[in-house]
This record gives sequence, structure tokens and C-alpha cells, in this order.
Amino acid sequence: MIAFFDWVNQALSAGTVLKMIVGGVIVLLFCLLVVAYMIYFERKVIGWMQLRIGPNRVGPLGLFQSFADILKLLIKEDIVPREADKPLFLIAPIIAFIPSFVVVAAIPWSASHVFTADLAVALLYYLALSSITIVGIMLGGWASNNKYSLLGGMRSAAQMISYEIPLGMSLLGVILLAGSLNIADIVTAQQRFMWYIVPQFLGFCVFIVAATAELNRTPFDLPEAESELVAGYHTEYSGFRFAFYMLAEYMYVFAISTLGATLFLGGWSGPILPGWLWFAIKVMAFVFFFFWLRATMPRIRVDQLMSFSWKFLLPLALVNIVLTSVIKYWVNAG
Amino acid sequence: MADTRTEEMLMNVGPQHPSTHGVLRVVVKLDGETIVDAAPVIGYLHRGTEKLAEDLQYTQIIPYTDRMDYLAAMLNNYALVHAVEEAMDLEIPERAEYLRVIVMELNRIASHLLFIGTYLLDLGAMSPFLYAFQDRERIVQLFNEISGARLTYNYMRIGGVKWDAPPGWIDKVREFVPHMRESLKMLDDLITGNEIFLNRVRGIGAYDADTAIAYSLSGVNLRCTGLKWDLRKNRPYSVYDRFEFEIPVGENGDCYDRYILHLREMEQSLRIVEQACEQIPDGPVMGKAPKFVRPPAGEYYSGIEGARGELGVYFVSDGKDKPYRLKFRRPSFVNLQLLPSLLKGQNMANLIAILGAVDIVLGEVDC
Repeated sequence: MIAFFDWVNQALSAGTVLKMIVGGVIVLLFCLLVVAYMIYFERKVIGWMQLRIGPNRVGPLGLFQSFADILKLLIKEDIVPREADKPLFLIAPIIAFIPSFVVVAAIPWSASHVFTADLAVALLYYLALSSITIVGIMLGGWASNNKYSLLGGMRSAAQMISYEIPLGMSLLGVILLAGSLNIADIVTAQQRFMWYIVPQFLGFCVFIVAATAELNRTPFDLPEAESELVAGYHTEYSGFRFAFYMLAEYMYVFAISTLGATLFLGGWSGPILPGWLWFAIKVMAFVFFFFWLRATMPRIRVDQLMSFSWKFLLPLALVNIVLTSVIKYWVNAG
Repeated sequence: MADTRTEEMLMNVGPQHPSTHGVLRVVVKLDGETIVDAAPVIGYLHRGTEKLAEDLQYTQIIPYTDRMDYLAAMLNNYALVHAVEEAMDLEIPERAEYLRVIVMELNRIASHLLFIGTYLLDLGAMSPFLYAFQDRERIVQLFNEISGARLTYNYMRIGGVKWDAPPGWIDKVREFVPHMRESLKMLDDLITGNEIFLNRVRGIGAYDADTAIAYSLSGVNLRCTGLKWDLRKNRPYSVYDRFEFEIPVGENGDCYDRYILHLREMEQSLRIVEQACEQIPDGPVMGKAPKFVRPPAGEYYSGIEGARGELGVYFVSDGKDKPYRLKFRRPSFVNLQLLPSLLKGQNMANLIAILGAVDIVLGEVDC
């Protein structure tokens, strides 16, 4: 099985291309399944925290609820406002959605890298591609010709660009320690040393806050801000176009959780259990954390958000880089 | 940078907006996210209650008051019957007065709970809203048992109350008090210490006592500035002078003070409910009121401490069984006047925080 999909080490032929396509589709379907059940998981977790039951009607334990929702979104009327910028309005959710799935290509599910690319610059690849989504969100907000959407779009541009920087900075400490941009190498380095959450605790804190903001999740869900901007950038979106935005959001929750799990919690490494299971447990811990935040926190204000990023998070990330460099220098010198 | 000109944007917040708490429309002029100008537009829910009342007998007006501030219908009921009773100098049985106080204070708690829940929802937190609704549900159940309704109670009568409490009801109220105290502590722990929440509400929408008086504000909106003015203490009505309770006041007159006062007032209301349950005597719940209520000709005004401030009823009687003219002093309507001046210069997110803290019910604003 592994050899069959190990196209990285095979000559490019029609057969290899076919295998790539088959492998890609499998990963894609798997991701869709993960997203569907993450939505279910979120509703159950939040329901539990709010002393409610959560979905329990469709299928056993409400397990098919997400598919019912997807079906509903698929058959809903697709409305495009008359005054909207039609081409941009139609293309915006696709621009937001595609990068969220493309970043999955660099996620190391396990040590053997089945299906996914063993990129030497995986971290850069992730950061670069994920920032394209900002364009999709902003375009959607702009093209809707709705003032709430416009405000939401503008907010998201400001927010996501601002938090991209501390997010990237927070990873620098890990890169310095591991001496590599390759995610697999970083995991291996942790297996030899220790999980980077310990030596990189400061970086981890910055990472988790910046990641929450990057994902537009509570308490940083300002682009959406349903109590202020009605629904922000996707106010005018209905049916499956709306679903594209939601899919992108949940895909990113998953993707950034995998990133956190690999960079700070040792990825697939762990005793007794198989690697993929360890990986899944660690990813789920992150996902649970994001959902937990949503049940607990109120929303921060837009100006506070910006000053928090520039005046607090960024300096903290810089301090972390300096500290890591100094300590690494001492250790190496010693 | 000073020369940079930006285009202002006119935006309608409401009448359909999740955070206007009903059909309020605020026309805001925005420069980026900063509010240059804001004007509330009301009247989308106007039903002409005051005009309708002129064609109704006094007893027939009571159900109309349910629909004004639909979150505190018991208090509305009482405001009307109290005004008429005062005008006619009626004697009310003690048990009825105690039952009134119990349901009014429970209704105040229910209303404040909804304030806390929806306010946090406005600020983006969903859980407190659901917690608050679960506690409110218990009060609504109690009201359902005593009045047969969950929202429009129509429980008060001129001369007393419609029915006596069903057997065991008072005990249920007694059990509710400690439960509610626990819930309040939980809400306090969950919300008050939250740094994000504090950053959203501290120093936001602040005004001083002079402004509050100039705008004739009442209730929490007045007390948050530090003025100790509560009609239950300052002009005691019903049997309020028999209970020990305090009037919490704020210091800075900001959104935080308005939030915390709602929380503290619920604690005091629980104290009143507890004492009322201890002291309640047996006896009839309906006094000797004439079948056709005909207050002597003249002008009358009576105000009570509603959930949102002074809820006043002014009426002119020409000696007949229908009021010649009736006017409600609705605290939501009065308190809303300050909004435009509070909003200028704030940003869009603060609009929601300030509007929510004013605690309006649009049914009462429009009436």
C-alpha cells in the first residue's frame, strides 16, 4: 500500500500520475470527512459546555447531522445580490477555499509520508499558501456591495495580515532549534530531544494566540462578528457558496492544529499507540481547545485586536527568537 | 496624514439586526469604523397602546401593559393597577401585596438575567446567554404555575391579584433562591473577571450624574453614575418598606457599571423574595374593588421602580370607567435619548456594547 503510493521515489509516468490523482482524491475525501465531523464535534462540545444536548436527531447520536446540513446547503437557492460585482462575488469563496485544501498536502500524517509531500520548506509553503485566503475573504466582502460585508472584509484583511507576522515569528524558534523547515525533520528532532512545547513555551503561547486570530475564531472572530456586522464578509452568501467559506474555516482549524501538533507536541511520535493515532489525538487536543475557547470567550474589539498583535504578541515573539538563539548558541558552544 | 480625507459611509444598524434587541434602527455615519453621527429611529413596533386605552375600561387595559416591556410584564401590570388603586384609595389585602412583590422581584431577576445574557451575546460570548436562559426558564415556570402564562402574565388586578398561589408554589420559590444565588456566582465568575470583557466595557459609554439627571434617566442607567435613587426606597410603595435590601450604585457610569449593577440588583431582589416568602400571611388575595372602576375626576401619576427604571402611569380621569387620557412613562424610551451623544466618536464595536448596556426593550420604547 505504502509502496504503491510512494510516488515521490518513482519515475513520472502515466501510472504515477494516476496514482497521484487517486491518492489526492483519497486525501481530499478524508479531509472532507474530518471537517464534517469536526463541525459535529464542535456542536457537541459547545452543547456540552452550555448544558445542552447538541445534534442528536439525524442518524445514531446525530452522527449524520453534518451531512444533512451539507445537503441542505447544496439544495438552497444560490442568491447573488443584483448590485454585487458578480464575477468577483462568484470567485471569492473559491479563492478562499482552495488554499485551505492545498496546505493539507504538506501535513505529515505519519512518519512514512503516505499521500503527502515531503517538502523541504513545508512551513514556508504552509504560511505562504494560507495567506491567500485573505484575498478570498476580502474579495467576498468587497464584491457583496453590502456595508457590513465590506467592514468584515476590511477587518479580516487587517487582522489576518497582522497576525500572520507573529504566527510566522513564533515558528522561528522551532525552526532554529530543529535547524530545518521540513516538518518531518522537526518531528524527528523532537524525538531525539523533547517536545518543543517545553523549550519553546513562549513561542507556543504566541503561536496558539496568533493561530486563533488567523483562524478567525472566538475571541478573534471579528471578520464575521455576527452581533456587530450581522455575518461580516459572508452576509450576502447563501447555499453552497457560504459552505465554501465554512469549509475553508474548518479546514484551517484542522490544518493549524496539525501544524501545532507537529511543531510543538512531537507530531506522530509517542509510545505504544501507532503514530497516526498519536497524531490524531494531538490534533484533536488542539481542535478541542479552539472549540472550548468559542464556548468561553467574548469577542475582542477591533482596535484592541490590532494593538494586541503589534504591541504585545510581536515583541513577545521577537523575545522568544532572541532567547532561543542565545540559548542555542550557548549549548552549541558548550 | 491630517489632510487625508476619507469618504463617510451611511449605514443602517437595524431595524433587522441581531444586536438592536428588537426593531430599533440606528442610522450611523461611519468614517472607517468610527461613528461620526448616530440617530436612533423608532416607531417600527408602535401599537398605539395609550390611545387604545382611552376606549377601554381600566381593568381591560391590564393585558395591554403585558405587551409593553414584555420582559417584565408583572411590573407593567403593577404600575397600572397601582396607579388606579392610588387614585381610588383602595385597600389591598396583605397577601396580595406580598404575592405582588414576589412576582415583581422574580420578574426583575428574569429581566436582568436576559440583560446579562443578551449583553454578553452582543459582545460575542454565547454561553452566558444560554446559562441565563436556563435560570430564567425556572422563573417562567413559576409564573406559568401562578398566572397560567409564560410571557404575558396578566396577573395583577385592581384590588389584588387574579389568583392565589397554587399549593407548594411559595416553597418552590424558596428553593429557587439558593439555586439562583449559585447561578449568579457562576455568572460572576465566568464573566466579571474576563479580561476581554473588561476591555470591552470599562470606560465605554460613560457619563456623569448631571447628564443622567438632565436626560431624566432612571433605573440602572441612573444609578451607575453613583446616584442612589430607587423608588422602592425613596418613595416606598406596596410593602417594600418591610424588607431589608440595599441599592447598589456604580462609580464611573460606564458600561461595566451598568453590567455589574444588574448582577448586584439580582442579589438584592433575591433577598426581597426570600423575606417576602418568610413574611407572607394567609388571607384573601382580592380586596373589595368595585366591579366598574371609576376613579374620581382628576389627574393622577404613580411611578414604580421597573426593571429598566421609573415606570410611570399618568392618567386623566373624568369620573367614568375609562381613562380620559393615559400616558406611560416608559424608562426604555427615556433612557434611549442619551444614545446619540454616547455614540459619537466611538467605533462600531462600541456601538453594540453601549446600546446593549442601555438595556432597552423595543416593545416599551414604541408602546
